[in-house]
Amino acid sequence: MSAQYPNDLVYTKDHEWARIDGRVATVGVTRFAVDQLGDVTQVDLPKEGEAIKQGEIFGSVESVKAVSDLFAPLSGKVVKVNSPLAESPEYVNEEPYDEGWMIQIELSQPEEVKDLMDAEAYQEFLKESAE
Amino acid sequence: MNPEGEGASIEPRVTPLYDAHRELGAKIIDFGGWLMPVQYPTGIIVEHRATRTAVGVFDVCHMGEVHFRGERAIEAVQRLVTGDVARLATGRALYTVACLPEGGIVDDLIVYKLASDHLLIVVNASNIAKDLAWFRQNVGAWCDIWNASDETGLIAFQGPRAEAALQTVTPTPLGNLKSHEILDAATVGGVPVSIARTGYTAEDGFEVFCHSDDVRRLWDTLVAAAAGVGGKPAGLGARDTLRLEGRLSLYGNDLTEETTPLEAGLGWVVKLDAGDFIGKAALLRQRETGVLRKLAGFVMLGRGIARHGYAILDAPSGTRVGEVTSGAPGPTVGKNLGMGYVPTRLAEAGTRLTIDCRGKPVEAQVVKGPFYKRPH
Repeated sequence: MSAQYPNDLVYTKDHEWARIDGRVATVGVTRFAVDQLGDVTQVDLPKEGEAIKQGEIFGSVESVKAVSDLFAPLSGKVVKVNSPLAESPEYVNEEPYDEGWMIQIELSQPEEVKDLMDAEAYQEFLKESAE
Repeated sequence: MNPEGEGASIEPRVTPLYDAHRELGAKIIDFGGWLMPVQYPTGIIVEHRATRTAVGVFDVCHMGEVHFRGERAIEAVQRLVTGDVARLATGRALYTVACLPEGGIVDDLIVYKLASDHLLIVVNASNIAKDLAWFRQNVGAWCDIWNASDETGLIAFQGPRAEAALQTVTPTPLGNLKSHEILDAATVGGVPVSIARTGYTAEDGFEVFCHSDDVRRLWDTLVAAAAGVGGKPAGLGARDTLRLEGRLSLYGNDLTEETTPLEAGLGWVVKLDAGDFIGKAALLRQRETGVLRKLAGFVMLGRGIARHGYAILDAPSGTRVGEVTSGAPGPTVGKNLGMGYVPTRLAEAGTRLTIDCRGKPVEAQVVKGPFYKRPH
């Protein structure tokens, strides 16, 4: 079992996470998002090489009940897509921070990281939103 | 209090099983003014599969129960619904619709004949106030009509192991109870109940009525009985995918006051040789002239899930020809499924349609009949 909100990640208010490794960020959705979505049945992601921009839609997640947009936590070029999700979208439910990752971005504006929340701030944000 | 006047109350309502759902860790949503479990922690797909392979237990206390009693009860119900009520035997159930004079559907219903002078109509939760007003306006003087929705608890117990599991908690021999029959005086786990062999999942199964004061006890008994055969509680999410696989229509989505039963593929519930029901003349006319549009069922061929409200396009031309009324993945059939109204010529099996999935055109194909049929 991975932690609910791992400390080594940064988070958006739209419930995406990013793991920063130098100029590359790995991106997925949080445990909170997964619990809201329910069973994920399809993940639509950009192609490798596409440019995405912080705050803009880069894909969507279909659950049994509904479709939800994915918002880019950071700007850059998509360098890798988690292609196994096409066949096994349930990884998003099972391991949202590991097998369920979605894309890797080569950051064009690494300073944007400061716009994101750490695990503690994100959990505080969740608490406030619930009130 | 049950608001019987116009419009729904603003405060969402709960069923007597609300606490039970919370204890089970359900995710609760507002469904037409009711706080209902959409799923329990294991999720919709697991609940769906449990219902297809064992038993699903569903809280349907939000559904409405309206009783008709008196010498003219049969006549009154016949005036309201398109089915043949006069020929309905005591102890049997009939799926039917109530229509407006123009043929649009007021609600889809199950009529249970409890005695020669006593019928029960189970109506959709969101339509209770509207239906009551409609019933009373049209036949209120013909017999006693009363709304028992608040004091009636209702649990659906559905799946291939439903009979075996229910039999462990009732002395009533269930093998004698056939599809669409109701037993008015039975007990389950000591609770006085009526047991009907009806449902909304395309599986064998039962709907068990009791007094709302007893429904928590009944729920706990049924959940334990289900667990004994590998079954579990199931929420509205699974109820939706199960009914869609069985191609059962949902009022408010697939059926509305703007659609007729003939357009909705419910011609089989319209008995034009039955009594003089409201909407008969309009439906006779429509049957003669033919319907201009039909509710088509389709499977997605491309990658995409149709959702309620998405546009349906004519495949070659790309012009908008209709709208998706229901759509979801079908966990058992393993395809993404949908329904929607299209011009009659496009409702033929095999026809290619395009579904506009949020700007992305995805190909779909019309299929005839239910997407899922239970084996045996």
